[in-house]
Amino acid sequence: MTASPHVALMITCLADMFYPEVGERIVRLLRRLGVTVTLPPGQTCCGLPLFNSGYHADAAAVARRTVVAFADAETVVVPSGSCAWMVRHEYAGLLEGGPDAAAARRLAGRTYEFSQYLVRVLGRTEFETDAGGRVTYHDSCHLLRGLHEAESPRTLLRNLAGVELVDLPGSDECCGFGGSFSVRLPEVSTAILDRKLANVEASGASCVVACDAGCLMQMKGGLGRRGSAVRAVHLAELLDRERGAAR
Amino acid sequence: MSEPPIRTPLRDRAQQALGDRFLHEALDIATTKFIGLRREAFGEFPEGERLRDDARAIKEATLQRLDEHLDRLIDNVERRGGHVHFATTGDEARDIILDIARRTGARMAVKSKSMATEEIHLNDALAAAGVTPVETDLGEYIIQLAHERPSHIIAPAIHKTKGQVAELFARELQREVAADPEVLTRIARAELREKFLQADLGITGANFAVADTGTVVLVTNEGNGRMVTSLPRVHVAVMGIEKVVPSMTDLMVFLSVLAKSATGQKLSVYTTLVQGPRRAPELEGPEEFHLVLLDNGRIAQIGGPLREALACLRCGACLNVCPVYRQIGGHAYGYTYPGPIGILLTAMLNGPRAVKELSHASSLCGACADACPVRIDIPRMLIDLRKQVHDAKIAPWPERVVFKALAWLLRHPGLYRLGGPLGRLLQWPFVRGGRIRTLPLFFGQWTQTRDLPPVAARTFQERWAALEREGR
Repeated sequence: MTASPHVALMITCLADMFYPEVGERIVRLLRRLGVTVTLPPGQTCCGLPLFNSGYHADAAAVARRTVVAFADAETVVVPSGSCAWMVRHEYAGLLEGGPDAAAARRLAGRTYEFSQYLVRVLGRTEFETDAGGRVTYHDSCHLLRGLHEAESPRTLLRNLAGVELVDLPGSDECCGFGGSFSVRLPEVSTAILDRKLANVEASGASCVVACDAGCLMQMKGGLGRRGSAVRAVHLAELLDRERGAAR
Repeated sequence: MSEPPIRTPLRDRAQQALGDRFLHEALDIATTKFIGLRREAFGEFPEGERLRDDARAIKEATLQRLDEHLDRLIDNVERRGGHVHFATTGDEARDIILDIARRTGARMAVKSKSMATEEIHLNDALAAAGVTPVETDLGEYIIQLAHERPSHIIAPAIHKTKGQVAELFARELQREVAADPEVLTRIARAELREKFLQADLGITGANFAVADTGTVVLVTNEGNGRMVTSLPRVHVAVMGIEKVVPSMTDLMVFLSVLAKSATGQKLSVYTTLVQGPRRAPELEGPEEFHLVLLDNGRIAQIGGPLREALACLRCGACLNVCPVYRQIGGHAYGYTYPGPIGILLTAMLNGPRAVKELSHASSLCGACADACPVRIDIPRMLIDLRKQVHDAKIAPWPERVVFKALAWLLRHPGLYRLGGPLGRLLQWPFVRGGRIRTLPLFFGQWTQTRDLPPVAARTFQERWAALEREGR
């Protein structure tokens, strides 16, 4: 890599409002890796909730805003697989035929979920953490089946000094969040969550890691309610510094 | 024929299912087993992925010239002495079958498992016309005894535990019955032997029909299909028009993925190829063979938004992996076809209005599309159905208000940023120990069972100025 890489952070509505510390950690970690991070103003949400519920004209309007906000970005990093999927897979279709179609396609090709950016773009896989113990990994649906990414987060966790990655039974099964699904059919959503959390608890891990703010909100919500000792964290919360880097 | 609308809200139906301990146990055991068997079957079969693509391509090519393939099928069935009937609606299909029953003086019909006959509600019509329908697939036999309907496309009694089946048999036969699958099967087999010999009419579905040869193909595991197609005087096969495949070579591609997807078997125990009625010097087979081709909303979708669903093989793999189906089972969906593909088929048979709620019975996790042997993009089509529901303005008004307001907010970053302070103000009475455990109104749908994180003391965007300084 010649010039230092530039990243525009798409913080996403959920991380912005509920998990700002995840964003902070991503910014600091990327900076320590020599990446220049900006936060394009005017960003709100990727529009996935509108898209999934069938409000496509509205989703397109929101997508158009996002495309404009990120028009100058060299590379876009997103802390959630579902939002990254939305930008990569749905923006071009939503804005097809309009003035922003080309920009939407360009943005799609430059947008990466956080773990993918570290592993597949930067090629950085060795990190250290101040946390420790057993962790397990939940595949969020859009990251796994939408972006076909199962390995990057696991590579990072497996290489993480001081942490043991254990298998999660049914790791590829949905956590039951599903956006508005979680409040349209809350009992079903919770039943699916209970199954997920039973598997998390059975894994013996003290911490379940995910790369999606939606899954985290759901799993944290369930773990908190059952008073579990297990924590749900974003991958970025476990990556403190590159291996060998000064504290 | 459309199915009548369901009055009980989906959420109530789902809740009732969630409260059924036996249902939960039965579903959990069966779907977990199916998932494992399917995974194993494809794991040992490296060509599987390519064959799935091939299968889909054949379906696509066939749909493009469906009329020609159907014409060829009809010609070849008739050439072999069979009769072909075309039914535009479910009503028409039933009338055709009742007519055959009347003309042949049938009093009893043995049936091999068929979703197409479920779709047209054939059993009730037969019974009303004085023809006793007898289901001979073990699962179907069980639910017929229980006066229920299938809750899974290939495992109709998946919702019942063996204990429940034993109780059911004991009640019907008025004697003690052990909750042992082998014992139960032996009882059913003995009961059914009589029926096979008595029946005048054999009714089946069709997994495929080969246009080149006029062959109707049945994929079964219990051997009852062979009895149904060979013992009674008359055999009637009912199939959706999309089940036609051009050639025997094409059939092999489908057979190579169907059983693996459905039950994890390399092939099902019986693959029955039926070619018309008995002809001299054959010693067995029916005197008459009828093929009923069923449209019932399918043709309209060849150029419609549900076209992809016409590629469905009815293997049930998408049900087994669906987190929603695994929790609520098939009956809660309320229509003939349950599960993710069932929502699409329900829309096909009954129009988008019927799936106003059902189109949301999915977290869009994508497991269904991944498991589908012909890679139907079910989540995408569910989203499209939701769009149809929205465009038709039949979604409930409070929902439309919420989403319109959300859309407006997300288009105005200045207002969106007010969400931080406003959220903190409104949530203030409800935050306890860094989390929200109860909220009024609509928000209670979340907090009833899950904690909600409070809006952060400072959102990320509010922290950005400081973070930016830190980076200089």
